[in-house]
Amino acid sequence: MMTQVDAKQVKRGIFTAMIRRDMTAAFRHPSDLINPLIFFVVVVTLFPLAVTPESDFLREIAPGVLWVSALLATLLSLDMLFQTDFQDGTLEQMLLSPQPLYSAILAKVATHWLLSGLPLTLLSPLLAMMLFLSVDGVQALMLTLLLGTPILSFIGAIGSALTVGLRKTGLLLSLLVLPLYIPVLIFASGAVQAATAGLPIAGHLALLGALLALAVVLAPLAIATALRISLSG
Amino acid sequence: MYFDSFSEFLAMGGHGLYVWVAYGLTAVIFIFNLITPIFKRKRLIVEQTRQLRREELHASNS
Amino acid sequence: MWRWFHKLGSPKWFYAISGRWLPWFAVAALLLLTVGTIWALLFAPADYQQGNSFRIIYIHVPAAFLAQSGYVIMALAGAVGLIWKMKLADVMAKCCAPIGASFTLLALVTGAVWGKPTWGAWWVWDARLTSMLVLLFLYLGVVALQSAFTDRNQAARASALLSLVGLVNIPIIKYSVEWWNTLHQPASLTLTEKPAMPAEMWVPLLIMVAGFYCFFTVVLFMRARVELLDRERRTGWVKDIIRTKG
Repeated sequence: MMTQVDAKQVKRGIFTAMIRRDMTAAFRHPSDLINPLIFFVVVVTLFPLAVTPESDFLREIAPGVLWVSALLATLLSLDMLFQTDFQDGTLEQMLLSPQPLYSAILAKVATHWLLSGLPLTLLSPLLAMMLFLSVDGVQALMLTLLLGTPILSFIGAIGSALTVGLRKTGLLLSLLVLPLYIPVLIFASGAVQAATAGLPIAGHLALLGALLALAVVLAPLAIATALRISLSG
Repeated sequence: MYFDSFSEFLAMGGHGLYVWVAYGLTAVIFIFNLITPIFKRKRLIVEQTRQLRREELHASNS
Repeated sequence: MWRWFHKLGSPKWFYAISGRWLPWFAVAALLLLTVGTIWALLFAPADYQQGNSFRIIYIHVPAAFLAQSGYVIMALAGAVGLIWKMKLADVMAKCCAPIGASFTLLALVTGAVWGKPTWGAWWVWDARLTSMLVLLFLYLGVVALQSAFTDRNQAARASALLSLVGLVNIPIIKYSVEWWNTLHQPASLTLTEKPAMPAEMWVPLLIMVAGFYCFFTVVLFMRARVELLDRERRTGWVKDIIRTKG
């Protein structure tokens, strides 16, 4: 009979064990990690090239451009979430094992965020500077990315789980996930814009926080169901 | 009647183009929604009749 | 009670029942839509500010209602199919998607067409039109996911989950779009009049809404019947039907 302490240890055990395993696996293919970052930089660079390098204009569109680019870069990185595990059978093991699925899924999403959302957040000030974003804006950008990219990882994981068994998932995944990303985009980009105008952003951050809380609670349920569906084919 | 003549009715006080495009598109979408299942059903019945005949022939032969 | 519930899910039973109800819904739809359209075009007054283009409301609003209800029905049917593994629910959900999407498109285009004489532009990023556009994307996502699976049951379950996720997100999306809209359009323009509409305006509107719902039921039943014949083609009762019709 498992005591309370044992059960908690098992949960923590699974969580950290999975993170450790996935991180080491990910670093074996560094290109999977670097590519979304390069994509982020390139897409941001496209805008001054396509429109104008004028600082006034770039400063105005910077919040939106940076957030949309981060969003698209996250989309790119979603493939790696469940694909490899699906192909080598680990995913099936995960679903069949007596270990709590919630912890395993949480670990997967956390790893994904550590490998995509976090680097994007850390890279963002550099790109923000290229678009002449003010200091207030950069601060808001980093805060919103910090809160927002985990939400993107959670929502993206649902789409990833639904399409993991299919071929040519890239475009389908984007179609499924992008409409669901819109609220995060609106609130986050709005926050950065407000910050550049000198307005307070506590409200925006609270909204993002609420979305994150909702995602942490509800998304794993959807992800688990989606994985079971995908593996039942 | 809100309009005094047919030509007035068509013109819709200058907004004729918009009103008729809107109502016209509605008709198109309604018709499309009606036709699709009708065609599908016809095709299915033709296909399945052929299939059934083939099966009955095969059953009577063996 | 469960026997009734499972009978509800029987394809054969639904096929028989829907066959009897379909003509009634069709007649109702035809009557309501004819009366509604004539009233809308000929007898309803033009709007004080918008003139005769206001008549588009009699299409735009019912289409928008159906676009949203259609999604809810699709998601709920999907949920029933997912939880109770009811084939009929899966079929209903699958058939709702293209119909709902077409009504969303209709709402969008009529909204745009209405916007041109009212605001001078073919497209405006107002909260309702933008939300409706996102709804269209959600519909298209469900349709795309459905067709990506080769296994029918897997397809039904996956799209059921997706439409449920979408359902949860719709209020969030609507709220965020409205919030976004108030930021960028302080003078919030609404397409439909918020103050109380006189009876000469809301009665035809109600008739049109009822007519649209009846029409939706008609085409949904029609699609569902064909889909059921397709799925149950190996059963005796379907073979009998084929024999009599073929």
